[in-house]
Amino acid sequence: MLSLHLSALQVVIPLLAAPLCAIIRIPGVTWLIALAVGIASSINSIAILLHINRFGEIVYSLGGWAAPFGIEYRIDSANALILLIISFIYLLGIIYAPASIKTEVPEKSQGWLYTAWILCFTGLSGITISGDVFNVFVFLEVSSLSTYILISFGQDKRCLTAAFRYLVMGTIAATFYLVGIGFLYSLTGTLNMADLAQRLPDLISQNTVAVAFGFVIVGLAIKMALFPFHAWLPNAYAYAPNAVTAFLAGTATKAAVYVFIRLTFEVFPEDYFSGFTSSHHIILAVGIFSAVITSAIAIFQDDLKRLFAWSSIGQIGYIAVGVGLASTAGVAASFLHLFNHSIMKTAIFMAIGGLFFVTGSTTTAALKNAGRRMPWTMAAILIGGLSLIGVPFTTGFISKWYLVSASLEQNFWWLAGLILLGSLVTAAYVWKIVEIAYFRKDPNVKVVRQEAPLSLLIPTWILVVANIYFGVDARFSGSMATQAANTILGVSP
Amino acid sequence: MESIGIVNYWIVIALMMIALYIVISANNLIKKIIGLNIFQSSVFILYISIGKVGGGTAPILLKEPAVYSNPLPHVLILTAIVVGVATTALGLALIVRIRSAFGTIDDQDVQQDIERN
Amino acid sequence: MKQHLILHVIAKIMIPFIMVFALYVQFHGDYGPGGGFQAGVIFGAGFILYGIVLGKEATMKIVPPPLVYTTAALGVLLYTGVGVAGMFLGGEFLNYSVLSADSVAGQHLGILLIEFGVGMTVASVMIILFLSFADYRQPESENTN
Repeated sequence: MLSLHLSALQVVIPLLAAPLCAIIRIPGVTWLIALAVGIASSINSIAILLHINRFGEIVYSLGGWAAPFGIEYRIDSANALILLIISFIYLLGIIYAPASIKTEVPEKSQGWLYTAWILCFTGLSGITISGDVFNVFVFLEVSSLSTYILISFGQDKRCLTAAFRYLVMGTIAATFYLVGIGFLYSLTGTLNMADLAQRLPDLISQNTVAVAFGFVIVGLAIKMALFPFHAWLPNAYAYAPNAVTAFLAGTATKAAVYVFIRLTFEVFPEDYFSGFTSSHHIILAVGIFSAVITSAIAIFQDDLKRLFAWSSIGQIGYIAVGVGLASTAGVAASFLHLFNHSIMKTAIFMAIGGLFFVTGSTTTAALKNAGRRMPWTMAAILIGGLSLIGVPFTTGFISKWYLVSASLEQNFWWLAGLILLGSLVTAAYVWKIVEIAYFRKDPNVKVVRQEAPLSLLIPTWILVVANIYFGVDARFSGSMATQAANTILGVSP
Repeated sequence: MESIGIVNYWIVIALMMIALYIVISANNLIKKIIGLNIFQSSVFILYISIGKVGGGTAPILLKEPAVYSNPLPHVLILTAIVVGVATTALGLALIVRIRSAFGTIDDQDVQQDIERN
Repeated sequence: MKQHLILHVIAKIMIPFIMVFALYVQFHGDYGPGGGFQAGVIFGAGFILYGIVLGKEATMKIVPPPLVYTTAALGVLLYTGVGVAGMFLGGEFLNYSVLSADSVAGQHLGILLIEFGVGMTVASVMIILFLSFADYRQPESENTN
């Protein structure tokens, strides 16, 4: 009985909690509600995963109206993996939030912040589980609108212009997506993903499909901050409150990436993306170019949050490379990197939040002596950085391994070389941080051990340990990612 | 005369291009929001016009069966309009706060103010 | 605009009719054109007309912002609540058929409650939007630079 509702609960629980928070508005109570949502959703997402592993795909018709007429939620191993990431990052973000937000957001607006945060989580969960393209649009806007609000809670007044720019670009993106599905609807008369996948192969030569494909791809590329549509991301991440940045870095672009993969490989006919339009070359080229170039831009940033925001764009580039390879191994590498990147980037941003808590600044200058002053916080940044480079025994290594072997599978030696070049550039900016934090000693200053509070350190280190664990034992993440890729590409394992 | 039959698409494309131009070129933030609104409206027109069935009536329960226009695009657009209203309201609220933080709603002036500090 | 007697009198006559019309659109929505969105906007427009004629302070007296925030959230809660009630009664989320012994009556009850929730939220949000943007003035001290 309850297992029937698992998929709906993922959206219903936060949707019930958000208005409750808006009514109560007392920071402490709203935080407790947000925490309860996080715990319930995390348990729920594990239950969904177990259910799928045992019984296969979950299909849920909202309101009891069967699929082509009603909206359906459809969860297979691909969405289940994304759902797991989003729920756990949300839970850790909420645990991390109160201590971090206390210093940044005035007490009277904290209740609203948690409300927006829960709504954002509702939207992201909805994007992930929905099997209806228009429903995805609605949830995309729910999550985006609440993200703009979350960013505008930042301390620096520049967060307002960052939020505004994101609002303009995000709305254009969503509207592009809307145009695309409008054309698809006018052609096929359906909005259901499974139905679309059935009807589109007969219409493959129509220009309308190509136009719809273009609009949908560009819209989603803006949402996932794929180079050259990344302009909104650095400022948005840099000026949002630290806890919010940590949450967004692990989740916001990931849901859009998931929809991108789902639509290009499953909803549009087989080989449409790779064979018929050959647009996978573009995605591949854009991906590897941005992986190298944006990492190089990151070297020259003086603000840590902005530095790692640029690095995020580069990592999205790696994910795009996997998608652009258009093979099962490539998509599996993308899913794996999605999972791994969420873990490491959220850990890094959480550690930066801890640094801010102690020093009151996130510039690279604040790092001076940080290696001895707060060894645990710095170690978290260091391990995250090593993982970004792809050093063995971290998750980054596993991602790179999958990605390189996927490109070698197609004999793309040059691509493997470029991926390694990207790692070298990444090493440059990580070294820059290490150098300032550990080796630039100031003999005049007596270093006092001053660590970030435990409520910040514990969520950070849970992710750091997860980072190392999944770097050593990749059986779970690797098999989940491969299974997800097999499901989406329709390959029987 | 085929091009007249698809006049709705021409209108949509014209509106969409005008709106994109406004969003990109306008310096005034409120004008950007207006451009965004026109951009969204062009898509609303696209959806509503493809829902029209020639000779169809309004999709209301009648005594005898009749040809009626497709109501689904209208319902979808009702949702999209609500999203649009929310976006506009949020955009304007941000502009109000930008005005009180920077003292201007001109994009270039705001950028200059940021660079000066 | 308090000194404009004609506006004042006409608004006072109009507002009740606007609200009755809003309720008609709200509760007639399941038979004819109408529904929560439209009704909510019309209902909110009644308060906005009051606000335009009598000023922001007078409006805040009859609809204080904390109350409106609460009703906006309550509308969403009602919507989700009806959906969850469907789940508890053995149907899917938002399945109205199980709300009553007779499935047609259940659908009827469900859509009525859902649309009432929608109407409540939309009307409240319209009033909030008006109150937040109306009468906004720049603090004098910041105008000098």
